[in-house]
Amino acid sequence: MKFATLTLAASLIAGAAAADVVAPGDVKMDEYGAVAESLTGQPGNAAEGEKVMTTRSLGNCVACHQVTALEYAPFHGNVGPSLDGVGDRWNEAELRGIVVNAKKTYDGTVMPSYYRANVDGYIRPGNAYTGKAADDSFGPLLTAQQIEDVVAFLSTLKE
Amino acid sequence: MNFKALTAIAALMVAAPALTFADPDNDTLTINGEEMVTKAPLPAHLEDSMLTEIMSGWHFRNDDTQAMQMDDFDNPGMLAVEDAAAAWDTVEGTAGKSCASCHENVEDSMKGVRAVYPKWNEKAGEVRTLAMQINNCRTENMGAEPYKYDSGPMAAMEALITVQSRGMPVDVAIDGPVADTWEKGKEIYYTRFGQLELSCASCHEQNYGNMIRADHLSQGQINGFPTYRLKNAKLNTVHGRFKGCVRDTRAETFSPGSPEFVALELYVASRGNGLSVEGPSVRN
Ligand code: HEC
Ligand code: HEC
Repeated sequence: MKFATLTLAASLIAGAAAADVVAPGDVKMDEYGAVAESLTGQPGNAAEGEKVMTTRSLGNCVACHQVTALEYAPFHGNVGPSLDGVGDRWNEAELRGIVVNAKKTYDGTVMPSYYRANVDGYIRPGNAYTGKAADDSFGPLLTAQQIEDVVAFLSTLKE
Repeated sequence: MNFKALTAIAALMVAAPALTFADPDNDTLTINGEEMVTKAPLPAHLEDSMLTEIMSGWHFRNDDTQAMQMDDFDNPGMLAVEDAAAAWDTVEGTAGKSCASCHENVEDSMKGVRAVYPKWNEKAGEVRTLAMQINNCRTENMGAEPYKYDSGPMAAMEALITVQSRGMPVDVAIDGPVADTWEKGKEIYYTRFGQLELSCASCHEQNYGNMIRADHLSQGQINGFPTYRLKNAKLNTVHGRFKGCVRDTRAETFSPGSPEFVALELYVASRGNGLSVEGPSVRN
């Protein structure tokens, strides 16, 4: 009884918070792949974004990108370009667009789309890294908040 | 193209020379003193790929890992070969036979076999991998239980047979009756699977030589299989490796022994036509 009430309360709060969040299917992207509006309606937190970028189970961006500011985190890859100075090369809307779905900025890129949720758009989508088929838990790689946090951190990368 | 995209491309070009630190090396692989072909000209059927030459995964490993493969006394995969040599002579199943009952001496009868598999089996009307052929002998000729497709005993038996072709060039046929299967394998190779939308080519053709996290990406060749991996301390089969790579794209994998992986194995093997058979190799 108590437990049920708590869960209900929790889902109401989640529901209220979610109301301001732009769902993956509703993101407005311009013809160059930029996304002007914040996905949460609020600025992101660069320190949190830094964590998302270096955490393997989250963005894992350093698996493919070298970032001098993140040199304390081990094993930066070079499948993608170095992100040093990326805040000079792209404005916030462009950076958001690249993290949401880089395929719109770079046709055919190997960079994954971090905020695209529709299972139907993928070939044999899996349930995370289990090798099994996707189930109801399938969602975008990062949350709207995490995307905003990453964008905030990328914007700090100026030469 | 907009201005920003141009700037990004310029930035990429400036960055390019720095990437050479991760290039494959130019060392020479000898196994027990015999020199292997680890770089070979591009096979004609890869002319529409981004590759200019084909290379063994050995070039992408560090010196210590490389050295372990150069002498059978240092190669942990050779212990499994010894086990399989015993299994070769062991009678199993209802027919009262061992492998040796039909094939006698493994050194003579299995020489050259690994180099041409997967290949067409006329009688069965199917493309057979070496694993399928091993299991077919077990069930049809010995009346024994099949090995699990990517199990330890299977990897060991494959390794024993592979050693007999060591140093011979991979030479799988891609035309005639196998052509359809080969095309199917090629299609799978270039399909971008999973939530990360990566194909085999995304990593092993477009990005070999680059680092993805701590891993130095190779061309994903299978001339060194089965491979002893330091990471899991056992011999690994081709389909076991395929499964892991597909899983890492956040995809639903195919099963070892599935028609998809058989087709993919034929296609990937053919991308190594001209490289020496080097199994069992050592990788991290
Ligand atoms: C599997 C590899 C891979 C991963 C993982 C990856 N990227 Fe990328 N990224 C690329 C590639 C490759 C490019 C260059 C575009 C192209 O040419 O395809 C790129 C381009 C970019 C750019 C533009 C860079 C410039 O110099 O203008 C930004 C910004 C970026 N990525 C951010 C990120 C962030 C943030 C993450 C994680 C949340 C991430 N990437 C994860 C491969 C990756
Ligand atoms: C996300 C990147 C990625 C993708 C996609 C990928 N692989 Fe791999 N693969 C790796 C890494 C990392 C290794 C270990 C380092 C190496 O040998 O390249 C590896 C190793 C291999 C090896 C072992 C090579 C050796 O010398 O031992 C084979 C074979 C292979 N991959 C085949 C494939 C095939 C076939 C596909 C597609 C079904 C595929 N890979 C997709 C990352 C990937």
